[in-house]
Amino acid sequence: MDLSFTPEERAFRDELREVFRTEIPDRIRRKLRSGLHPSRDEQVETQQILNARGLAVPHWPVEWGGRDWSPVQIYLYQDELQSASVPYPLPFNCAMVGPVIAEFGSQAQKERYLARCANLDDWWCQGFSEPGAGSDLASLRTRATLVDGAWVINGQKAWTTLGQYADWIFVLARTDAVAKKQEGISFILVDMKTPGITLRPIQTIDGGVEVNEVFFDDVVVPGENLVGQVNKGWDYAKFLLGNERTGIARIGISKARLKRVRELAALEPVGGIRMLDDPRFRERLAQVEIELKALEMTQLRMVAQERGLARGKPNPMSSVLKIKGSELQQATTELMLDVVGPYVAPFFPEAELEGRNEPGIGPEDAATAAPMYFNMRKVSIYGGSNEIQRNILAKAVLGF
Amino acid sequence: MDFDLNDDQRLIKDSVDRLVADRYGFEQRRAVLTSLDGWSREMWTQMAELGLLGVSLDETVGGFGGGPVETMLIAEAFGRGLVVEPYFATVVLGANLIRHAGTPFQRSDYLTQVAQGRLLLAFAHHEREARYDLSNVQTTAHAHGGTWYVDGAKSLVLHGDCADRLVVSARTETGIGLFVVDAGKTTRRGYVTQDGMRAAEIGFDHVEAEAVLTEDGLAVIHQVVDAAIAFLCAEAVGGMAEMHASTVDYLKTRKQFGRVIGEFQVLQHRAVDMLVNLEQARSMALYATMMADEPDGELRGAAISAAKVQVNRSGRAIGQEAIQLHGGIAMTMEYKVGHYFKRMSMIEKLFGDTDSHLARVAAAPSLL
Ligand SMILES: Cc1cc2nc3c(=O)[nH]c(=O)nc-3n(C[C@H](O)[C@H](O)[C@H](O)COP(=O)(O)OP(=O)(O)OC[C@H]3O[C@@H](n4cnc5c(N)ncnc54)[C@H](O)[C@@H]3O)c2cc1C
Repeated sequence: MDLSFTPEERAFRDELREVFRTEIPDRIRRKLRSGLHPSRDEQVETQQILNARGLAVPHWPVEWGGRDWSPVQIYLYQDELQSASVPYPLPFNCAMVGPVIAEFGSQAQKERYLARCANLDDWWCQGFSEPGAGSDLASLRTRATLVDGAWVINGQKAWTTLGQYADWIFVLARTDAVAKKQEGISFILVDMKTPGITLRPIQTIDGGVEVNEVFFDDVVVPGENLVGQVNKGWDYAKFLLGNERTGIARIGISKARLKRVRELAALEPVGGIRMLDDPRFRERLAQVEIELKALEMTQLRMVAQERGLARGKPNPMSSVLKIKGSELQQATTELMLDVVGPYVAPFFPEAELEGRNEPGIGPEDAATAAPMYFNMRKVSIYGGSNEIQRNILAKAVLGF
Repeated sequence: MDFDLNDDQRLIKDSVDRLVADRYGFEQRRAVLTSLDGWSREMWTQMAELGLLGVSLDETVGGFGGGPVETMLIAEAFGRGLVVEPYFATVVLGANLIRHAGTPFQRSDYLTQVAQGRLLLAFAHHEREARYDLSNVQTTAHAHGGTWYVDGAKSLVLHGDCADRLVVSARTETGIGLFVVDAGKTTRRGYVTQDGMRAAEIGFDHVEAEAVLTEDGLAVIHQVVDAAIAFLCAEAVGGMAEMHASTVDYLKTRKQFGRVIGEFQVLQHRAVDMLVNLEQARSMALYATMMADEPDGELRGAAISAAKVQVNRSGRAIGQEAIQLHGGIAMTMEYKVGHYFKRMSMIEKLFGDTDSHLARVAAAPSLL
């Protein structure tokens, strides 16, 4: 056992750190550090810079832009990217639909979509959940019927993140109404400009517009947009969800936020001392740091195990990362809320915060503390809620 | 000890509950929030007519002569309805300061107007560096030829944007005083808060002021703020009760995997833990109400702080669980739970956060 990174791994990390901190515009990283969201253009700009350096989709197959890195290298990449407050390459493209097309798509689909997907020339969104199909995704009811060689889609998707920016949506639709529910689902690629699609933006409690309802009303999609085989969509969806085994803990993001918490706590006076020197606060901060360190080590242990696992097969232990990682992301936002204190109250829409001339109210970043806290409640709900993750662990690991 | 309401109290409870039930539906509230003021003057008039604005004021000024229990009943109902009118600013803070510290003339003049719904007040006290230290006042007041003038800046003044008059704390040569100023003579930057209320940053540049107290204001400030915290605790309990009820309802109706999700025992237990948190908070809100009039500042302070700690903790836990157990739907502005969660999160940081109140309890003799 050798628990330290090799000199090569360290050199690899240092090189990435340098790239992320020098090549990605500071204005974008600063925005993220302050708790603001990148605009569509900034997300595209960042991903194209990364892609030009082979850093957008390193985990893809080599022929489509992957780098054949070891799991440790992938880990270091994710950690450095997140710690540097670089917008993560769009997950819908890079972690979801890209790997599915690369694995199960036809040669024509790979050629048509993958390079554009990696370069964010096409913005993808995920059309899985429906109002009646959340945790129980397999009960989804959006239908696709083959008529004269084309798919006709009817139904409704819910929670479609950033669908308002999207050029394409990958949809799970029911193609066999009588089969067992997991066995009648297909995976279909749909151009968002197709007639019959309407999008209704939904405001989330932080005040932003992050999710949408997407309605399909006799939407006609070329038959060739089916990925893989008909009625096998559930397998591809499972592959997709199992793909991001370790990134989901978002440890780098929590690290970056804790760093910011420290910086701001050092500026904030409380009862004649700096908040950072208040023992009660300091111990709470230390507690979160301890748990984050533990999670980082847990993640590294799992990364090391990765080598022995087949690609795309979910490792149930990754649910440990999801549960703890989401809880810690939330805990960091609570610390931020505590630092900002009474100044969490003023609300300003994000658009107003960017490049505003008026000085803010209260400490730096005060305006994003509460929205961030509100918004991060989502991380224990989506991507398989923490209750569902516990069910997985109870069944697959503990054998109940 | 008697936990039952007397007839007068039941009357107040019935009328405020009815007001909230009839006039504070989700859509009605949403329409009010997007109006210019962010609250409804018509509603304000109704509150005056129902006697809610004068509930704790003397009968001589048109009030009801009620005590902390009556105020608590109103607070809890407001918490359930997420009421956004400037009741806390005008009645709980502004009018109470004048009631405790004002001259006979100020009491009869201002308080009569408050009870009738003709005067909006706000308490301009907090300053940028103060955090939760009520004694940290840098704003100054000086007398020139018999007239007082206030200079300085106040921050996070609840409903300071719409107030007619401000009760301002300011340092004089002899201590911390309280003054009334015409809000129109100040510079105000109003804004919306996370919970849909309004507040303002307020600048005072040699603003003419009327003295309420020219020294020893701190004791009154503590007394009024403690009673205000008792109000917030009761308001928070109203919101928590709604979040809990909504969650239990949802668990009984939302279906996944072919059954209502409330059949999953793990979710039942979570809803039960919310109940335990709610009951603890409700008890401490009552305790705060009981102690709100306690003249011994140290005893009162420890009790009020203890209540705020419990309410903050219960509120955070209940709010987070309510969202989690609803799933994605509670993350949207179109669903009511998120609004309670946001209000609770703001109450948590109002007039002392958990740490600052815990410190006050820890420094006091045992509560028990
Ligand atoms: C901000 C946000 C963005 C999203 N983005 C997308 C997206 O881009 N594309 C997409 O397809 N989806 C997206 N989702 C949807 C997300 O995946 C679902 O919200 C999630 O699957 C939970 O479903 P639900 O909200 O319907 O909750 P429900 O499934 O109704 O769950 C309600 C509660 O019951 C619990 N529960 C359910 N079943 C069980 C069980 N068997 N045992 C114990 N507890 C259980 C849940 O954990 C939860 O606490 C997003 C959601 C959010 C909030």
